[in-house]
Amino acid sequence: MKKIVMGLALALAATTANPAMAQDKVKACFVYVGSNSDGGWTQAHDLGRQQVEKELGDTVETAFVENVPEGPDAERAIERFARSGCDVVFTTSFGFMDATVAVAQKFPDVKFEHATGYKTADNLAAYNARFYEGRYIQGQIAAKMSKAGVAGYIASFPIPEVVMGINSFILGAQSVNPDFKLKVVWANTWFDAGKEADAAKVLIDQGVDIITQHTDSTGPMQVASERGIKAFGQASDMIKAGPETQLTAIIDTWGNYYVKRIKEVQDGSWKTGSIWDGLKEGILTMAPYTNMPDDVKKMAEETEAKIKSGELKPFTGPVKKQDGTEWLKQGENATDQVLSGLNFYVMGVDDKLPQ
Amino acid sequence: MGMAESILLTIATAATPLLIAAIGELVVERSGVLNLGVEGMMVMGAVCGFVAAALTGSPWLGVLCGILAGALFSLPFAFLTLNIATNQVATGLSLTLLGLGLSSMIGESFVGSPGVRLPNLFIPGLTELPLVGRLLFGQDPIFYLSILLVIAVTWFLFKTRTGLTLRSVGDNHASAHALGIPVIGYRYGAVLFGGACAGLAGAQLSLVYTPQWVENMTAGRGWIALALVVFASWRPLRVLAGAYLFGAVTIGQLHAQALGLGIPSQLLSSLPYLATIVVLVLISRNRRLTMINTPASLGRAFVPDR
Repeated sequence: MKKIVMGLALALAATTANPAMAQDKVKACFVYVGSNSDGGWTQAHDLGRQQVEKELGDTVETAFVENVPEGPDAERAIERFARSGCDVVFTTSFGFMDATVAVAQKFPDVKFEHATGYKTADNLAAYNARFYEGRYIQGQIAAKMSKAGVAGYIASFPIPEVVMGINSFILGAQSVNPDFKLKVVWANTWFDAGKEADAAKVLIDQGVDIITQHTDSTGPMQVASERGIKAFGQASDMIKAGPETQLTAIIDTWGNYYVKRIKEVQDGSWKTGSIWDGLKEGILTMAPYTNMPDDVKKMAEETEAKIKSGELKPFTGPVKKQDGTEWLKQGENATDQVLSGLNFYVMGVDDKLPQ
Repeated sequence: MGMAESILLTIATAATPLLIAAIGELVVERSGVLNLGVEGMMVMGAVCGFVAAALTGSPWLGVLCGILAGALFSLPFAFLTLNIATNQVATGLSLTLLGLGLSSMIGESFVGSPGVRLPNLFIPGLTELPLVGRLLFGQDPIFYLSILLVIAVTWFLFKTRTGLTLRSVGDNHASAHALGIPVIGYRYGAVLFGGACAGLAGAQLSLVYTPQWVENMTAGRGWIALALVVFASWRPLRVLAGAYLFGAVTIGQLHAQALGLGIPSQLLSSLPYLATIVVLVLISRNRRLTMINTPASLGRAFVPDR
C-alpha cells in the first residue's frame, strides 16, 4: 500500500512539477492469461517481473493482472493499464495480439510489448523465444535414453509454434539415431492435467519409453514417474513432480529481456521491433540435465554450447518432409519466415498433421 | 499388465470422476434443484483433498476432507436458493466462479508439490487374474465407491419411500408442500449430497487420477457431468453408461491418434462428446418415459405461501 501511495505521489509530482522525474520511475505492467502460480507459462512471466523488481529496485514500479481471458476482456484489461499511467505494458499470450494492437493505436505515448505474436507498430514490439532449440537437445537425449527407439509427444494445438517443436525434437533425435520414431497425440488443450495424463498413459501403453509435452501441466510427468519411464518438463522446471523422472526441461526465462527493455524505456532508447531470441540470449534455459548417464549429459551440454555459439542450427539441411520430398538442401538453413509459418512434418514423425 | 487391461483401467479412471459428480447432481435435480456449481464444488474437493493428504500424509483423510469440502461448499448455494429463493442458475454459476478462485488461493503454495496417491486394492490370487484381475479387484477405493453409489442411488430413488418423496418434491413442490412434506428439508439433503459427491469426484482427481494439485484441474469435468445427467434423462444406470462411454471414447481416440491412423485429430477429439450425446439421445428417445423422468419443478424457486 505504501508503495502504491508513494508511486501515486511520485507520479503526481512528476506530471505537475518535474516531468524529467517520470523517466526515472517507470511503471511496467503485465497482463497474464493464467494465474501467476500455474507452475508453467504465466509463472515464468511473473518470475521475470519479479526479477525486474529485484534488479531495478526503486527505479521501477510493476503491476500485473492475472487470468485475463483472450478476447474482448483482454482489450479492456490492457486499456485500463494504459490509462492508469503504465509506461510499458507487456501482454503475455499469443491471443492478446489483436487486443494489444487496438489499444496501442489509442495510446501512442505508451509502449507495448506482445509475447509470441507477429504484429508490431511504432509503439508495439513483439518478442518470442526459440523454444525449438531446447527441443533439439531433448530429441538427442531421448534418442540416447530410449531403448524402444520411439518417444511420445503430447501436443496442444497444431499451430506453427508446436509443429516447429515436434520437428526440432525429431531432427535432434535422428542426429543420434536415424531410425528414431515419434508418436504424437493432440490433447487439444493447453492445460488439463487429467487429459494430458491420459495421453501419457496411452502413449506408454503403445510402447514409447520417453514422454515429452507441449502442454502446460505436470500431469504427464506424474504418469511417467508412476510408470517408471523418463520425461521432459515444459515451460517451468518440473523436477518437483518427477525427481527421478525429469531429464531436463525447457524453462522460459523472460526476466533478462524484461530488465533490458524496461531500462531502455528509462533511458529513452526503447525502439519497436520483433525479436526472436534463443538459448544464446538466455530467453530460455535448460533445467539441469538429470537422471541420465554422464556421456549423455556431456553430449547435451556440448549441443547446448554449439547452439549458443551459432555453430549448430536445428533446422539445417539435408532435411526431408514427411512425404519424402526435399525441404532443406545440404547445409541450407530454414529462414525465420518459413519457421514461423511451419505447417508440415519432417520425416520420422508417426502422425498425420491436423490441417 | 496387458495392453487391453491397461486400456480398461485408464478408461475406468477417466470415467469415475464424471460418474460420481453426475450421480450427485442427479439426486439434486431429482429434488427439483438445478445446481450449476458442480465444477466449483468439484475443484474445492480436489484442492481440500490434496491439501489434507499432503499435510497429514494420509490419502484417506484427503478423501474425507474432499467430501466434506464439497458438502460445505454447497451450503451457501442451498441457503441462497432454498431459504431466500434466489435464481438457481445465477447462484450456481457464481458458486463455480467462487470455487475456481478460492481453490487457487488455497492451493497456491501446493502447486507442484508431490502428491499422495490413494493405494489400489490388492487381493492375492484375485488381483493377479488375467485381463479382469486388476479391473475388478485391483483398483482404487473410489472406483468401488462410485459403483456402490450408482446402486445405492438407484435403490434409494426407486425402491424406498423417502426416494419416492424426494422425486415428488422435484415433480411438484407445491403439491408436496400441501401434503405436508418438508420440501426445503428434502432439498437441503439433496444439495448437500450432491456437494459431497462433487467433492469426492474432485478428490479422485487430486488423489488418484493425477495425484497432484494444479489450478483449475477439473478442467470442465463438472460441466460434462451436468450434461450427462440431462442426456441420461435423470436415470442412474444411464449416467453410468454415459460416463463410461465418454471415458472409453476419450481414451480410444487418443489410442487412434497414437497409432497414427490418419484420422484428423480435431474430429477424434470431438468424438467423446458426439458419441455420448448420440447414444444417450437414442436410448432416451421414448418421449413419454423421458417426460416421466424429467423433474417437472426443476430449476423453479419454491416459496411456501403458508
